[in-house]
Amino acid sequence: MHCTRTLSVAAVALTAATAAARADDLTLCWAAWDPANALVELSKDFEAQSGNKMSFEFVPWPNFADRMLNELNSGGKLCDLMIGDSQWIGLGAEAGHYIKLNDFFEANGITMDDFLPATVKGYAEWPKGTPNYWALPAYADVVGWTYRKDWFDRPELQAEFQETYGRPLEAPTTLDELMDVAKFFQGREIDGKTVYGAAIYTERGSEGITMGVTNVLYNYGFDYGTPENPYQLEGVVNSPEAAKGLEFYKELYDCCTPPGSSDWYMSEDIDAYKSGQVALQMNFAFIWPGVEADPNVGGGKSGYFANPEGPDGHFAQLGGQGISVVSYTDSKDAALDYIKWFAQPEIQQRWWDMGGASAMRAVVENPDFATSQPYAQTFLDSMAIVKDFWAEPAYASLLLSMQDRVHSYVVAGQGTAQEALDALVADWTEIFQDEGKM
Amino acid sequence: MSNSMIGRAAAATPPGAARQIRGLSDRAIAWIFVAPTIFLLLAVNIFPLIWTIRLSFTNFRANRPNAEVSWVGLSNYQRILTDPDIWRTMQATAHFLVWTLVFQVLIGFTLAWLINRKFKGNDLWTTIIVLPMMLSPAVVGNFWTFLYQPQIGLFNYVVAFFTGIDPTSFTMIGDVALAPWAIVIVDTWMWTPFVMLICLAGLRSIPDAIYEAAECDRASSWRQFWTITIPMTLPFLMLAVLFRGIENFKMFDLVVQLTGGGPGNTTTLTSIDLKREAFEKWRTGYSSAYAIILFVTVFGLASIYVKALNKVKER
Repeated sequence: MHCTRTLSVAAVALTAATAAARADDLTLCWAAWDPANALVELSKDFEAQSGNKMSFEFVPWPNFADRMLNELNSGGKLCDLMIGDSQWIGLGAEAGHYIKLNDFFEANGITMDDFLPATVKGYAEWPKGTPNYWALPAYADVVGWTYRKDWFDRPELQAEFQETYGRPLEAPTTLDELMDVAKFFQGREIDGKTVYGAAIYTERGSEGITMGVTNVLYNYGFDYGTPENPYQLEGVVNSPEAAKGLEFYKELYDCCTPPGSSDWYMSEDIDAYKSGQVALQMNFAFIWPGVEADPNVGGGKSGYFANPEGPDGHFAQLGGQGISVVSYTDSKDAALDYIKWFAQPEIQQRWWDMGGASAMRAVVENPDFATSQPYAQTFLDSMAIVKDFWAEPAYASLLLSMQDRVHSYVVAGQGTAQEALDALVADWTEIFQDEGKM
Repeated sequence: MSNSMIGRAAAATPPGAARQIRGLSDRAIAWIFVAPTIFLLLAVNIFPLIWTIRLSFTNFRANRPNAEVSWVGLSNYQRILTDPDIWRTMQATAHFLVWTLVFQVLIGFTLAWLINRKFKGNDLWTTIIVLPMMLSPAVVGNFWTFLYQPQIGLFNYVVAFFTGIDPTSFTMIGDVALAPWAIVIVDTWMWTPFVMLICLAGLRSIPDAIYEAAECDRASSWRQFWTITIPMTLPFLMLAVLFRGIENFKMFDLVVQLTGGGPGNTTTLTSIDLKREAFEKWRTGYSSAYAIILFVTVFGLASIYVKALNKVKER
């Protein structure tokens, strides 16, 4: 008996010692935004289960890419886990910043079939369309629209809109309808305040205006190459239809945005919407839980709709990120343990419940999901029509060129839409030639 | 006392070492003292410069350390010097540089001249005026974006108050015509006090006796200003222009916070463009060539200017 007890104590001590020996300090790097706070809470469960300690390095969005890509490019050991933007996946894979996860997934029964296909392609695969995985889809996000349902419901506004446009005032389903609604509200007096049509992305410095304008361009036929030639730019990027799409975005900016919105991105759009300046807001879906909880615009005052259809298609700009293990980490096993823990369906369900956006099919295809939040159905509709920007290793150069060309036309009003897209094709051609891909 | 200390130190020095030190020439001892500084300079300044020159002839990318690096000759330089976008950033930089210097010198000198006249509350006003230059450029850039907001900004409100136009009818940082002036205004607001302080030092260095002698000669105030005040403060003014010119040529933080280089690339100064090329696009070879061109430009202009400054001082 005494011997058995001694052995038991020794076994417990050994187990504890082993756990202590394996315990690691893991640092997870991500953007500083609401979902990151939810992840901190969620990760306490991992700490309790594994004995590892989690630290977090969150950087505001405008500096996120700069800061984190510098970290990766310098082989820094700050981040063991990186929730990097979807466009980084090519660089992460080809420059060796991320660990390839195929073997790990296979050994631990994690299959990409359990995740939304768009998120697998957008966040995990490189090269695109091949079963080579460098991340686990972590946060599903997409650009969508928020509108002031309480204003739309006002009988006097409904009557006036019906009389002017010959249809009811409701969430637009086409880009032309969106323009009409934005024009209708622009400069209107509501509750003694002048309000404006729409808050859209126009930011110059990082990625803002590109993430905005693509929502229109895609629906006017713009694309990144063709199925036959992924680097076919001429006639695809700068087609006459795409130029019309760019003209549409400029018209929306000129006619229907608040004064001074020449450099707006996510936070400025949120502020304009929550302060009652605008009837419509373009933004990533991550803001929707915050809108719903807001005392001014939440609690049924807001509605949500997917990016409206255009004459040549129906797409929305993909946002969101996958979680990767940084190859320079000294705690690879613990970092992989985190991914294994995060891939569990019950953890993914809690992730959604806490304000995260799961990409796991078990969560989003649950029959109760669509009614779980007022925006849940719009989220599903939007995730079904996503398209993403280049994820090439040279994505930063491609993005900066687009920022420059599009901002110069839309906000600065320099040249024509066709000239802007022609210049973009020239820039991108030069970049791909430098990369040896053209 | 001191002789005995030296004697004690000499006695305490081991004979071998003493012989060795005694055997060194003055020149050798001087080298021993100077060598660490020279080594530091070579390591921190000269080596990176030479390395940058070398990289400027390659297609090296710092974010692809394992990729093959090719020698591209002068092609980076050729691409930069024939790129109309780069010439546009040069023009934007020249506009910013020239107008900030003009305004800062004019306003800074005027303020210094006013402050130099003894009046009640002189110190208080000096303190208030120099406050802006004590702030962080990032903070200044940030709060001026609010001041420039058409709907809530104080700047638009003040303009509207004096002109009667609608404050929401213009946007300082979103308009191609106004944005270059928006960054000039903020930099002038922030750095005019610096020019003022240097001018004030110049004004206070002029002996009163010179003015008294001029008055004895019945020189008018205007004549005293042009023949005493301006010539004697000119070296200080030129020094202020040199400092502000170098600073504004590499201006980055304030403008990034204010406009992000926009609208379009209207306010994209060379430093912003260079940073994007080097640390966002990671075209290290290309951006090295860009940096060398800027370095040669600044170095050349500064050398000519310093020679002119020395001539003025010698007069």
